Amino acid sequence: MQFDQHISRQFNDDLEQIKTDMLEMGGVVARQVEDAVTALADADSELAEKVIRIEEEIDEREMTLDENCTLIIAKRQPAASDLRMVMSVIRTVHDLERIGDEAQKIAKLAIQLSQEGSAPRGYTEVRHIATAVRAMLNESLDAFTRFDAESALKTMAADEQVDQDYKSAIREMVTYMMEDPRSISRGINVLWALRSLERIGDHAKNICEQVVYLVRGTDIRHGNL
Amino acid sequence: MNSIATAVSMPETAVQEGTDVDHKIEYPATTVGAPFVDKAKLRMRGIDVFYGDKQAIHNVSLDIGQHEVVAMIGPSGCGKSTFLRCLNRMNDTIEGCRVSGDIQLDGEQINGASVDVVPLRARVGMVFQKPNPFPKTIYENVAYGPRIHGLASRRAELDEIVETSLTRAGLWNEVKDRLDQPGTGLSGGQQQRLCIARAIAVSPEVILMDEPCSALDPIATARIEELISELRENFTIAIVTHSMQQAARVSQRTAYFHLGNLVEVNDTERVFTNPEHALTEAYITGRFG
Repeated sequence: MQFDQHISRQFNDDLEQIKTDMLEMGGVVARQVEDAVTALADADSELAEKVIRIEEEIDEREMTLDENCTLIIAKRQPAASDLRMVMSVIRTVHDLERIGDEAQKIAKLAIQLSQEGSAPRGYTEVRHIATAVRAMLNESLDAFTRFDAESALKTMAADEQVDQDYKSAIREMVTYMMEDPRSISRGINVLWALRSLERIGDHAKNICEQVVYLVRGTDIRHGNL
Repeated sequence: MNSIATAVSMPETAVQEGTDVDHKIEYPATTVGAPFVDKAKLRMRGIDVFYGDKQAIHNVSLDIGQHEVVAMIGPSGCGKSTFLRCLNRMNDTIEGCRVSGDIQLDGEQINGASVDVVPLRARVGMVFQKPNPFPKTIYENVAYGPRIHGLASRRAELDEIVETSLTRAGLWNEVKDRLDQPGTGLSGGQQQRLCIARAIAVSPEVILMDEPCSALDPIATARIEELISELRENFTIAIVTHSMQQAARVSQRTAYFHLGNLVEVNDTERVFTNPEHALTEAYITGRFG
């Protein structure tokens, strides 16, 4: 796909800009997820605080991008691939912002858990799922960069494994909590973190759906493959 | 179309996944998309149009369905207006213009030397780019057609046709108190609606519109577009427009012409969100094609 062939060079630049800004936002969000998970695993409340601070910056990026997309629609009335580009950027930015929220939630849990002392059980599962969803997020952004619908579809398929791992992690956690009722409060926090990671996987999947929409023009959301 | 296809031989599409390609695009061997419908009001097959030696339309085939609005878009000189003018034999008036091919209105051949164009043009009316009311009163502008076609036997009948036509054209309330004033005294948008009223006064089945809003301001344009949607209930409409947004708003199908070839015809929604051919894509997104 080419977005540098318009008769209006300004239009080329505008479209390039929203794509670049979105991918940059994606980079910041991916880093947030990584830091939040590290903060949780290492009980690093300082790093967690940083994640919470940066979340505000992500919200600002979302608003700026929304504004710029709105302006393109108002000024250019984009059609066909240009329209799909603007729509998919708007939707992807929304998903990225939500991923940022989930990272912030994990960071808050990291602070709580670090205050409660020793590392609770369930961290192995958290690490395992975190690795999988971070890969999904990075691959989805890569697929967007390269307009690669095929690899987006492959990445989407990985979400099923994440969902399965999430379910079995929950079962593990329930077992731990039944074995040691004193761990329930911490266990619930770990469950919340797992839940956030699973949601991040869902959002990464949404981004992949937008890549397919952008490249092929087909809406595959809600299982319409 | 093949003659052109050989002249422009470049990669198949401009939109390929993940790769950069040259932006020159090849013609399709035949029109892509859905040029034909089940119940065609107008059926055109293999239309060629020549101005002298110069071929302006190359082997175009297209159906226009009953109560359908078909928009024809394309760059200047692409042949869309020439094609539109084939549908009521307006090209007959141009010296050296030759139209060949099969054009049927309700299954009846209309592209023959034996066809009387006067009743044909009553069945297939036309609205032009520039409003062109007759230098007569508002009343006479609308009454003229029905009178010469003998559609009214009494004055009261004629009055009724004039009122109905002006009402359908959304102009009645604005002019009912000054029907005896000259049509040329109206504003541009009103004049164009007067021309539409004049076209529908003879109860045509098809209305051809050749850039009907290009001389109008956005408000007058919006009125005409609204009118097109209403007229669709009773008429079949083919509209040539330079405004892509207008095509997107008023039509059910869109036909893209390029250098006398009909490149693509598809549902309008499809054309503006995910066109099938790269030439269509290049045109509607304002790219070099």
